[in-house]
Amino acid sequence: MMILSYDIYNIIPELFLTLSAMILLMFGAYSKNMDSKMVFKGAIGLLALTGILLLYSFNGYIGTAFSDMIKTNPFSQFLKVLILGSALGVMAISYSYAHQIKTAIFEYPVLLMLSVVGMFIMVSSNSLLSLYMGLELQSLSLYILASIRRNNALSSEAGLKYFVLGALSSGLLLFGISFIYGATGAISYDGIADFISMSLTISPGIIVGMVFMLAAIAFKISAVPFHMWAPDVYQGAPTSVTAFFATAPKIAAFGLLIQLLYGPFAQLSADWTQILYFVSAASMALGAFAGLVQSNIKRLLAYSSIGHVGYALIGLTTGLSGGLNATLTYLAIYLVMSLGMFACILKINKDEQNIESIEDYAGLSKSNPLIAYAMAIFLFSMAGIPPFAGFFGKLVIFKAAIDASLIYLAVFGVITSVVGAYYYLKIIKVMFFDEADLVLDQHKSKGSLAVISLCLLFVVFYIVSPEYLANIIQSVSSWLFVNG
Amino acid sequence: MVDTVLSLQHYLILAGIVFTIGVFGIFLNRKNVIIILMSIELMLLAVNINFVAFSAFMGDITGQIFTMFILTVAAAEAAIGLAILVVFFRNKGSIAVEDISELKG
Repeated sequence: MMILSYDIYNIIPELFLTLSAMILLMFGAYSKNMDSKMVFKGAIGLLALTGILLLYSFNGYIGTAFSDMIKTNPFSQFLKVLILGSALGVMAISYSYAHQIKTAIFEYPVLLMLSVVGMFIMVSSNSLLSLYMGLELQSLSLYILASIRRNNALSSEAGLKYFVLGALSSGLLLFGISFIYGATGAISYDGIADFISMSLTISPGIIVGMVFMLAAIAFKISAVPFHMWAPDVYQGAPTSVTAFFATAPKIAAFGLLIQLLYGPFAQLSADWTQILYFVSAASMALGAFAGLVQSNIKRLLAYSSIGHVGYALIGLTTGLSGGLNATLTYLAIYLVMSLGMFACILKINKDEQNIESIEDYAGLSKSNPLIAYAMAIFLFSMAGIPPFAGFFGKLVIFKAAIDASLIYLAVFGVITSVVGAYYYLKIIKVMFFDEADLVLDQHKSKGSLAVISLCLLFVVFYIVSPEYLANIIQSVSSWLFVNG
Repeated sequence: MVDTVLSLQHYLILAGIVFTIGVFGIFLNRKNVIIILMSIELMLLAVNINFVAFSAFMGDITGQIFTMFILTVAAAEAAIGLAILVVFFRNKGSIAVEDISELKG
């Protein structure tokens, strides 16, 4: 009895979130007048409560539950805080937009919460089975979210593409897992790590399995060469859902990747650093060059996110704990920047439609100076121009690369970031220097204003104390190497 | 006489072939999205063969438990895939692969 209660203690936030999602689902299904606004508001409140539960259990303990299926430590709690933060931000900017495109249905927040549960399980998984179950819960919810605008051809096409490629990637993941199970006889991270550290030669089954798993995770973080779904899905999905795709699932998949690479596959770092070297360089190159010719803002941000994933992977390519901290710092900053960016994009609507073509942003600085300036700051930050947060993200990444003597990769990263700056600055040029009469819809939305201002505060004032985030990340990532 | 006892390798080769057919079914198929859904099922079934074979030859039950989970998730995945396909069909009036082409660039 004691053991059972202790197991449950480790998954209190997940349990709470699951139950809340189910209650909201019941409420939405059985309420007479189908008031989805209540469900949206309830979801924000319940996500915030989950955050409090998370922070409450963020007290520096390490615990395993359900026969080592789940492992909680400050590292996974930190990732969960990031995931939950982006989910809260996305929920806050969602309602007015969803209402405007007539997609404010109660399934939306419920699916979003369930995908967050999946991501929580992903980042605290300690065995390949819980990894798979978490990943599938997240993916299945996201497939539906992508196609949630049911009467829109683009949205359902995005959902279909995402589903087919996502299912392919889970097939690859499972194929890899089956080889690792066959080669090591274990599915728990600790069992695999023990087997690998005790065997004299690494059997090809483990390498093949690891490569398949890395390919599947590269799908989830949309890294080259498995990025092809991202631009289509980002463009077709409703913009608020795109904002979610660009933030939370990336953090979750990175958390998973880090725990796999620095956990069971730590002994194989000579092999996976070579793979990540290529993936990282290719992602940065594609993100920079393919973005140059885009005219749709959501498509452009998809390529931009591919590029950012490339930079974040540089940190892991080092195979060192310093690089790991750099990756986490970069991801946290990227999360805030893209959330703020999408919150701005969601405010730019005309005739009840989100303006997606970059050319139509002409004259934005005259008609809506606040949004234009906020967006300019986010774009400068994404391009890595000081004194904004994005610059410090790139700084720690390149510093980690140089410390690990990955000079070529660092130089290549700087070159691609200069190329990529072109398309960020082009948007600013269109907003501020192209003349046009732009009359936007005026929708009051406290949520998106709050998100934009919080993200702006972070991006602008990050320079005051970069050590603050660095210290938190340093202390949580050290827990990754502690065994419970 | 040919040795008729099946070894682990036989199962792995079978699973490899089935998995490859599944992957190629997704990429080379130019006709119908339903065929893609069938290919996805084929991939997952190949993985199941792998798991059960490993499990049987190692005398370890974990692989068979994993297979149960995969079967369950595959059912959920097929349900969601078909639901999305129905939504797509309502919008476009077609489920031909060549009609999934509005998003590009």
